Amino acid sequence: MAGTIAVKNGYVFDPLNEINGEIMDIFIKDGKVVRELSTAELKNAKVIDASGMTVMPGGVDSHSHVAGAKVNAGRSMRPEDHYKTNLQKTSLTHSGSGYTVPSVYKQGYDYAAMGYTTVFEAAIPPLEARHTHEEMRATPLLDMGGYLILGNNFFLMRYLHDGDIEKAAAYVAWMMKTHKSYGIKCVNPAGVENWGWGKNVHSLDEANIHFEVTPRETIKGLSEVNELLGLPVPLHLHANNLGHPGCYEITKDSLKILDGVKPRQDMDVEWAETKIDPSRNRSVYLAHLMFNSFAGTTWGDCESGVKDIAEYINNKDHVVIDSGCTPFGEATVMTGDGPAIQDMYKLTGNKWSNTDVEMEGGSGVIPFTYFKANPVHSLQWAMGLECLLLINDPWKTIMTTDSPNGGPFTKYPEVMTWIMSEAFRKQTFSECHKWANDRSELGGINRELSLYDLAILTRANPAKTIGMAHRKGSLGVGADGDVTVYNINPQQLDTNNYEALLQAFRKAEYTVKGGEIVAVKGDIVSLPEKRTYYSDVHVEDEREKEMLADVKEWFRYYTLGFANYPTPEKYLQNPTPIKINVVR
Amino acid sequence: MTEGVLINENEVESKLEAVIKPGSFTGENAGEMAEVILIPKKAIDIKLEADVITPDSFAGKSAEEIGKLSVWQGPKTYPLSEFFEVTGNGGSSAAETLIRIKGDAMRIKRIGESMSAGKIEIEGSAGMHVGTGMKGGELVVYGDADSWAGMEMTGGLLHIKGNAGDHVGCAYRGKWHGMKGGRIVIEGSARHQLGGGMDGGEILVEGDVKSFCGIRQNGGLIFVKGSALRGVGAEMAGGTIVIGGKIERFSPGFEFVSMENSITSGEVELIGEFKKFTGDYAISKRAKGALYVVADTNPEL
Repeated sequence: MAGTIAVKNGYVFDPLNEINGEIMDIFIKDGKVVRELSTAELKNAKVIDASGMTVMPGGVDSHSHVAGAKVNAGRSMRPEDHYKTNLQKTSLTHSGSGYTVPSVYKQGYDYAAMGYTTVFEAAIPPLEARHTHEEMRATPLLDMGGYLILGNNFFLMRYLHDGDIEKAAAYVAWMMKTHKSYGIKCVNPAGVENWGWGKNVHSLDEANIHFEVTPRETIKGLSEVNELLGLPVPLHLHANNLGHPGCYEITKDSLKILDGVKPRQDMDVEWAETKIDPSRNRSVYLAHLMFNSFAGTTWGDCESGVKDIAEYINNKDHVVIDSGCTPFGEATVMTGDGPAIQDMYKLTGNKWSNTDVEMEGGSGVIPFTYFKANPVHSLQWAMGLECLLLINDPWKTIMTTDSPNGGPFTKYPEVMTWIMSEAFRKQTFSECHKWANDRSELGGINRELSLYDLAILTRANPAKTIGMAHRKGSLGVGADGDVTVYNINPQQLDTNNYEALLQAFRKAEYTVKGGEIVAVKGDIVSLPEKRTYYSDVHVEDEREKEMLADVKEWFRYYTLGFANYPTPEKYLQNPTPIKINVVR
Repeated sequence: MTEGVLINENEVESKLEAVIKPGSFTGENAGEMAEVILIPKKAIDIKLEADVITPDSFAGKSAEEIGKLSVWQGPKTYPLSEFFEVTGNGGSSAAETLIRIKGDAMRIKRIGESMSAGKIEIEGSAGMHVGTGMKGGELVVYGDADSWAGMEMTGGLLHIKGNAGDHVGCAYRGKWHGMKGGRIVIEGSARHQLGGGMDGGEILVEGDVKSFCGIRQNGGLIFVKGSALRGVGAEMAGGTIVIGGKIERFSPGFEFVSMENSITSGEVELIGEFKKFTGDYAISKRAKGALYVVADTNPEL
């Protein structure tokens, strides 16, 4: 029977239902988790014997760069990233290649092999939404969605400058529907616009040229819009001065702006059963905290500023972060932060590309290699792990590498093992430049995350944070039948034996998606359909009309016609709108 | 016969006298080696991807087993025996295996790719990517070698008795680091971008090179007895290039340092009068590349 399965006798870790390693059976019928299967149903169901193994909900990556113009630019400018990683076609799967920026097919298979079933693209420039959706549509197996880049958008900057939050909200709502996107991403607020004139902004109250809005106004305004509309995900913030020594201060000040903002998630969906409140309770989602946490004044005296930010977050409840870990080796840095890429070019001399996305934002791509022997890189490694270990409440942290910025997502097993095993951290310290130890707190941390914590960081919390917990990140009745079975026996877990952990995380024993077994020990065995989620936001017709008059008036500055701007549903595979702000 | 390499046998005009220590250009004399002979059966139309032809994959296999190893031709795979008559068995290890290709292999790519030990002798010309990523052992090409010979090599000896094509010891397209170790000897000439992105090891060319020899070089030694066309050492940040003949068009980012009477680099000692330059300052202010040219042949520099 399609989508009907029983995962038996595994040690289940399901934090949204406060299940911590109980031996349980998980039943899935028609792709959804159910309380039980009848004898007849059981007879026809596939059965996975998970005894002695760890069972978790399918992995959810809330911040990855996997589709769209910049990812594709990364692919085409890096032939050297592809020639050694070739995936041969099988009767079931497509061929593919690429290490840090794999082809869409390989990406889907690689995520599924590690037990991930849901991945959100973190930066979609509206003009590139069609392209992004085309790539997401071609990515097999993964349920996807994406955040629209809106921090340097002409219309929003004008509305925010005029203090017209209602029009700004109408614009955002319309853009979400128009480009089939899911949340708001804000990159280097107000700064990327200045990059069009070779400049940047460096403090929260520095107004940018022409529009005269400040980063503070942008962050505050977008967050107000976000909560006014009741979007699923908090404002996804990439703070100013990213990657500059001393940037931790502006990061902390940026977080303070949204202290006290009341999160309001207004989604009309059917919620899966969970024990704890699955709706989001944060007003800001700070992306890749590591890159925003440098202390010091130059690269010569820089050190980790994570402790200070972690202390702030420990005392506040409005912030959730993802770590942006750097697990060493090859990476491809790609971001909407054009000036940050130019800084990295000046640092490395590597080939790079930069682009201006008309009235909407910017972008840049540069290959990068993180070396253990390099003092700054070794420090970054330590800082990334500090982000996950110094913040006490795991419900405030999400594990990422900002793939492929800090490293490709295929390095997640390393990061997962570092946060679970002090011995593995010690081993890596011994190979690192001494800066890693001297200039961070990591060496003094003996915290080792449990499998329960790990399930929070890689499943429950990303799902809750981005408003997907109504169907992802839990194994409660009504949730999607996405399950990962790792070959780890929690009763015999020995964190000193980190090789075993690495091996288990690299290739999940089973990955189940919508009740179908999709991967066994890393091999893809079936290709069920995937979905694309977007926010279908309701605003009053009158307000939308007023706003659209402005948009049409200014559209003459775009290089394409208004009629060609929207992304039609046919660009999405199984488009799944989530109704937002519905008047009941 | 060799459409891949288009070099005319130029007269090598070099006033250089190279004193090279005995034995340094030949591989270690291995002990008893088991010999596998590959005799081409037929003309090959679409070029083969034959990265299986290495002592590492032949070791421990019988002639029959070797014949069953598969090679790619276009979108299809075939057993090696489709194209070669295989005689002789592999040795017990790669180091004890000698592969002799009796005939022309210009349409066979990737021979000896990533080999770590043992020896391959090609009694004819070799196709693209011969000795790519070679880690050890010895590979001798009696004829010419097509482009990309010894790409990203890390060890061993690649000895080309004829001419070589473009990108000898170079980095893969888009990559910044080429050959890291080992030695490439070319008795004839080579074409463009020899040693691009080279980090270590040595390349010795008896004949001439064309343009951009040692482009983006970071380390190692390139020694060309003949002349070079242009762009020698462009964007180099480290390493050494020696040109024995004339440089047609000298790179603008280099600065004259001194006159030198001999150069010693590893086992190679060169005697003669040289002009020493450093650079390439066109990109970096801190470039440490050394470029030596023979004084006599380059009076205008």
